[in-house]
This record gives sequence, structure tokens and C-alpha cells, in this order.
Amino acid sequence: MTAVLDTAPAEPKSPAAPGRGRLVLTRLLAARGATAGAVIVLLLFLLAFAGPYLTPWDYATPNYTAIRQPPSAEHWFGTNGIGQDVFAQTVRGLQKSLVIGLLVALLSTLLAGLVGACAGYFGGWADRALMFLVDLLLIFPSFLIIAIVSPKLKGAGWLAFVLLLALFNWMITARVVRSMTLSLREREFVRAARYMGVAPFRIILRHILPNVSSFLIIDATVTVGGAVMSETALSYFGFGVRPPDVSLGTLLAAGTDQAPVFPWLFYFAAGLLVLFVLAINLIGDGLRDALDPTSDRSTP
Amino acid sequence: MIGYLARRLGYYAVLLVVAVFLAYALASAALGPRTYFEAKQPRPSAAAVDRQLTALNINDRTPVTTRFGVWAEDLVLHGDLGRTIHDTSVNEEFGRRIWVSLRLLLVGSLLGMALGVAGGAWSAVKQYRLPDRALTILSFVLLSMPVFLVALFLKNGAIAAKDATGREVIPFVGYETPGLAGGVGAHLADWGLHLLLPTLALALGGLATYSRYQRSTMLDVLGSDYLRTAEAKGLTRNRALLKHGLRTAVIPMSTMFAYNFLALFTGAAFTETIFAWHGMGEWFIQAINEQDVNAVVAVNLFAAVTVLAAGFLADALHAALDPRVRY
Repeated sequence: MTAVLDTAPAEPKSPAAPGRGRLVLTRLLAARGATAGAVIVLLLFLLAFAGPYLTPWDYATPNYTAIRQPPSAEHWFGTNGIGQDVFAQTVRGLQKSLVIGLLVALLSTLLAGLVGACAGYFGGWADRALMFLVDLLLIFPSFLIIAIVSPKLKGAGWLAFVLLLALFNWMITARVVRSMTLSLREREFVRAARYMGVAPFRIILRHILPNVSSFLIIDATVTVGGAVMSETALSYFGFGVRPPDVSLGTLLAAGTDQAPVFPWLFYFAAGLLVLFVLAINLIGDGLRDALDPTSDRSTP
Repeated sequence: MIGYLARRLGYYAVLLVVAVFLAYALASAALGPRTYFEAKQPRPSAAAVDRQLTALNINDRTPVTTRFGVWAEDLVLHGDLGRTIHDTSVNEEFGRRIWVSLRLLLVGSLLGMALGVAGGAWSAVKQYRLPDRALTILSFVLLSMPVFLVALFLKNGAIAAKDATGREVIPFVGYETPGLAGGVGAHLADWGLHLLLPTLALALGGLATYSRYQRSTMLDVLGSDYLRTAEAKGLTRNRALLKHGLRTAVIPMSTMFAYNFLALFTGAAFTETIFAWHGMGEWFIQAINEQDVNAVVAVNLFAAVTVLAAGFLADALHAALDPRVRY
């Protein structure tokens, strides 16, 4: 992504102007919300991947001598109904949810960029067919389709779930990319490339996609949060990640009924989920301001 | 405009037919009603299972196109959606549940949109002042919560209130008090009270999404020349904002409405399950677990029709509002 960004400048600029990468970075650091979001996301990733080594407890091993204990020095987030350590479980679940969110965002943004750019660039029948597909997939809330298919995927594990989430998450972004491509196609530098005989897919990769990359980066960021929310919702209702795997969604599902009496079974997972998505949204918002050429701080 | 809307309607009809066929094929392929019957105690003979499946038109040994043909013919000619896996009428269950869901969807989506548009416009006018900041923070937090979590927080709050006061302050189970005595007024009040938390769970998400967009489109409009012109020809600031500003700023919202409805539908399905409403969403989750193909397809049909209706409404709204668009 960063490599794409560096080759992005399409407009001629004076040699004295600072590089676009520097400009974007300066603006991002100036936006306090985005910086705070980035710090929180980094800390949460650290927690998710280093957390399991911080605690002596395993997330899956039950301990029948310590059942539903409130948070203490020994069990930081308390224990659940069969004595599993909630901290170990939460950290493990966070890890799974974050990885799922990242993968889904990556895959669905790639797909959206390709489909949108192809539809917009080629036009005609390719455009009509791809947009019909988009409309078709947008008719059903993706939850319905994923829930129908999920019993078949019981054995396939969480990666199949990632593919499924990505497959139903790209359509709206693809539409925006398409409409951006429609106007890019008529720009001089794209025409010049076309008349010089550059192959269409090369034009899409070298000239169209770099010019929609700002939008794609913002969209991918926000999608990470959205994907984590979809994951937890589907897992909560038993259509996503399944035991013995744990994610924030399965933890919330297990803790819901006991939340009023044993709050630590529910609110730690819920709090981390909201914190993560909030931080992601802050980054997305900061990126939007920093990357948007029309934002009021665009001229340095 | 009528011609444009008619063309859209035709396109939606084609989409609907293709989508429903795909949903039918998918549900038939993914669900296994045969295993449902085979798991019964005492285990019926293979021939009996076959007979039963054929009678319900969900036998996986009949080609799926044939099954769809029978199903579609019944639907088109008799308005019949088939039989559930318990050999009861899908239509009856559908009729019982549709109003429960529609009540939630309609009130939730419209209230969310109205709150969002009003809040976003207000926020833009008060840019960087206290109301704007407060609403921005609120919508950021709300946007970071999946609907089911908002619903669970509301429900837990209601449970806490009940435990604290010893009586149910705000109801959080079902959509009416069973066996409630009293007249129409009492029933309406009871409905409204039960509607409160589930609707709020849906509308808060709408408020957050719409207000963010409305704020930014409104900000664009606030700096525009035509608004200054409107003021220059003698309109007061508020009248100019309402007559010329808001109308233009609402236009992009119509597209948002169509997309947002998809998320809202999913949210409603979750909300129903959490607040124990016997609506379409709850039925769907139940039907999947029971391998009930016809019920699953019926809910999909309901989803497709409501989503397309929302899309059509958005098209109509767009055509009516945008002075630049003449189809």
C-alpha cells in the first residue's frame, strides 16, 4: 500500500513542495484523534499477542476449584462458570477477532478495487454484468447468506468464515471505485497511456488504482472495524467462530446471560470490542482529513 | 420521473426473481432436512422419510429446478409459500410474524433517519461548539458498537433498573404484556412501552450514521453561493437554511438510506432475538437450526422485498428532491 502511495502523484508539482507522504504524515500527527487511535490500536495488538505470555493460565483449561471468581490479583479478569481464566480467554478472543478483521478488510478492499476499476474502465457489458452482480449481492443482508451457509462450514474453521465475510463486504466500495474510475478514464494521463498502447490491466494497476488509493486506504481502515463488528455479531448468534475457537463474539455470547450478576464475564470483552472499533474509526477519520486533497489544510 | 421510476421497478423485479432463485438453491444445498427427519426417534424408514420430504417439496433427490418450479408456481398462482418442516403453513407463520418485524423496521429506520438528519444539520450549524462536539463524540461511540451490543446494554440497563426498584420499569421481553386487561389506549401504551428499547437500539445506530454524513453535506451547503443568494434576496438565515440548505443536503442521504437499510435489517434480526420478539429474524435463526428450507426461503423473500422497497423509496426520494435531476 505504501509503495502504491509513493508512486501516486499524478498532478505535476513544483520541486520545492514537500513529498505527499510527508504531508500526509504531518497532518496525521497533527490530528490528535488519529494519533490516539493509532496508539490504542497498537496497544491492543500488543495485548492480543503478548497477553497470553503474561498470564500463567491457559484459555481453555478449566479449574474447578475457582469458579466464577471476581477479578483478583491471581485472575485479573476473574474466572467463568467452569473456572477458565477470563483474561486468558479475552486476550485469545481479541487476537482472533483482530486477525479476522484485518484479513477481511484486506481481501474485501482488494476485491472492491479490482471489480470497481474493471467495471468503470471497461464499461459496456463488463460494467453491466459486474454491477448486476453488485446489486444482486446487495439484495440480501449478508447475515442471511452467511447464516445459511455456515452449517456447511462447521469443519472448515475460521479461515472459511473470513472468506465468507470478505465475499459479502466489498460491493458498496466497488460502486464508489467504479464511479471514480469513470471520471479517471477520461483524464489525459490515462488517455495518453491508452494511446501509447499500454495494456488495459496495466493501466488499471499503474494509473487507476493508485489514484483511488486514498479512498481505498480510508475504506480499508474503516472496514477493519466493521468486519470485527460483523464477526462478533455472527459469532454471538452461533454462525461465526465456533468453540473450541474463541473470539470476542463467542465470549460475549457465553457471558450475556450472566452479565447482570457476574459482570466481568461480559463487560471486559464488550469494552475491548468498543475500544478497538472506536480507535479504528478515529484513525479512519484522521486519514480522511489527511488524505483528502480538498480538506482545508491541504495546502501546506 | 414516472418513466424513470417504472424502469427502476422493472429492474428490481428482475433482480428479485434471480435473487430469490439463488436463495432457494443456496438454502436447498446448504440445509439438510433429510438429516432432520432421520434423527427422529424412533427412526423412520428411508421410504417414509422420502415420502415426507416429497410431500413438503424439499426432497433433495428431486432436481432443485423442479422443486423451485413447484414452489414458484404455488407462490405465483396461489400466493402459497409452502409448508414448514413441521408440516404447518409457512403463510400462517409469515402472517403472524411480519407485523412484528415491520413495526420494528419502520419505526426504527424512520426514527433513526429523522434523528440523524436533524442532529447532523444542527451539528453543522453549530460547528465546533458544544452541541456539535457532544453529538460527534456520541456518534463515534455509537458507530463503534454493533447493534446487538447496544441492544444488550439497553437490556442490561433495564434489568438493573428492575432489580433496583423491584418492578419492571421498562419492559425488555416481548412486544406486549400477555393477557393485558383494559381498552385500546392501555394496549397502545403497552405496545409503545415494549417498542421503546428495541427501537432505540436500532434508531441510535441510524442517528450516528446519518448525523455524520448529514453534518458534512450540510457543511458543504453552508458555504455555498446559492445560500448566500437566498439570503441576499431577503430570506432570513433560518428560512434559507430550511428551504434551500437542508433540501440539498438531504439528497445524498437518500442513497445512504438504501444501503443503511441492509445493516438495519440485520440489526433488527438480532434485536428481535435479544428482546424475545417473535419476528422474522427470530424465525430465521430457528429455521436454520431446524433445517427448515421453506421457512428460510420465506424470510429471504421478505428481506429481498423490504430491501428493494427501501431502494425504490430512495430512488423516488432522490428524484423528488434533486432539482438538477430530470429523468
